[in-house]
Amino acid sequence: MGLEAKLNSDGFLVTQLDAVVAWARKNSVYPMPMGISCCAIEMMASADPKYDIARFGSEVMRFTPRQCDLMIVAGTVTYKMSHVVKKIYDQMPDPKWVIAMGACTSTGGMYRSYSVVQGIDQFLPVDVYVAGCPPRPDNLLNALIQIQNKIGRTRARDFQNLKLPELNVIQNN
Amino acid sequence: MELKELISQKLQANFPEAEFEFSEYRNEFNVKFNKKFVNPICKFLKEDSELEFLLCEDMTAVDWAKRKNRFTVVYHIFSIKHSFRLVLKADVDESDCTIDTVSSVWKTSNWQERECYDMYGIKFNNHPDLRRIYMPEEFEYHPLRKDFPLLGIPGSLPLPKK
Ligand code: SF4
Repeated sequence: MGLEAKLNSDGFLVTQLDAVVAWARKNSVYPMPMGISCCAIEMMASADPKYDIARFGSEVMRFTPRQCDLMIVAGTVTYKMSHVVKKIYDQMPDPKWVIAMGACTSTGGMYRSYSVVQGIDQFLPVDVYVAGCPPRPDNLLNALIQIQNKIGRTRARDFQNLKLPELNVIQNN
Repeated sequence: MELKELISQKLQANFPEAEFEFSEYRNEFNVKFNKKFVNPICKFLKEDSELEFLLCEDMTAVDWAKRKNRFTVVYHIFSIKHSFRLVLKADVDESDCTIDTVSSVWKTSNWQERECYDMYGIKFNNHPDLRRIYMPEEFEYHPLRKDFPLLGIPGSLPLPKK
């Protein structure tokens, strides 16, 4: 029975408010485009009509961290830049998620050098890593889908303390 | 007279004590001299009406690691009048790791000297604003020196708290 038929016959649905909130939240993820170097070009490409991130409800790239709940770190994070990234991350309202896009962001990539942080998980809690140098837009969309699945499994009690490291999301259900 | 001869004659006539060494490599004319004379020589090359090296294209340093005079400071200057590029070199030893600034001659060399100081630790006397340009100011090392490890020194660059 489809949703319309159910609403037409009964006029109401029985569900958990928690589930509705998680469903709404996962389909309206606002990304913060933290585009630091070349990976950002592919991140932009994922918003174009060919790959169309709007299909997943994430076309609203916000350039202020206060309106975002997903940070896409796309690019080479140097030690000097790491403080900026962290500051912007701290300004985002909870609950929030992080995608580490590309080899540089995940591991330092080809920049095995004194100035580049060898993986942003040294100072940020990363949810999904995207492989590639640069990753293709479809790869980024795949990461977004994984984030959506993760968000879909959250319930209000997960955010009681509003501390992401303590967020008790069941990873493999 | 050829321009290279003109330059070498003029320099030798004006700075007899500067210990010039002239050489040529791949069509580029190299002039090496004692570092004490760097400022007057650069000023002369810029202001002489027959030469007019108005443009300081680049300046950097070379770390020879174990050589007696450990560093060589290199200036690439260009004369628009003659469309001619000249390479100036001066040796700097680690025990006295300083050289006079030429930022009073070419303004561009201000930031180039700051970069050189940041990467090699060569101090530029009389520089108006000798601070690090790339690395954080509290950083203690000079990354392009040959004895600096490629991956840096752990803990020398602070990360934000998790
Ligand atoms: S992973 Fe590759 S494409 Fe992405 S920022 Fe690093 S070098 Fe650029």
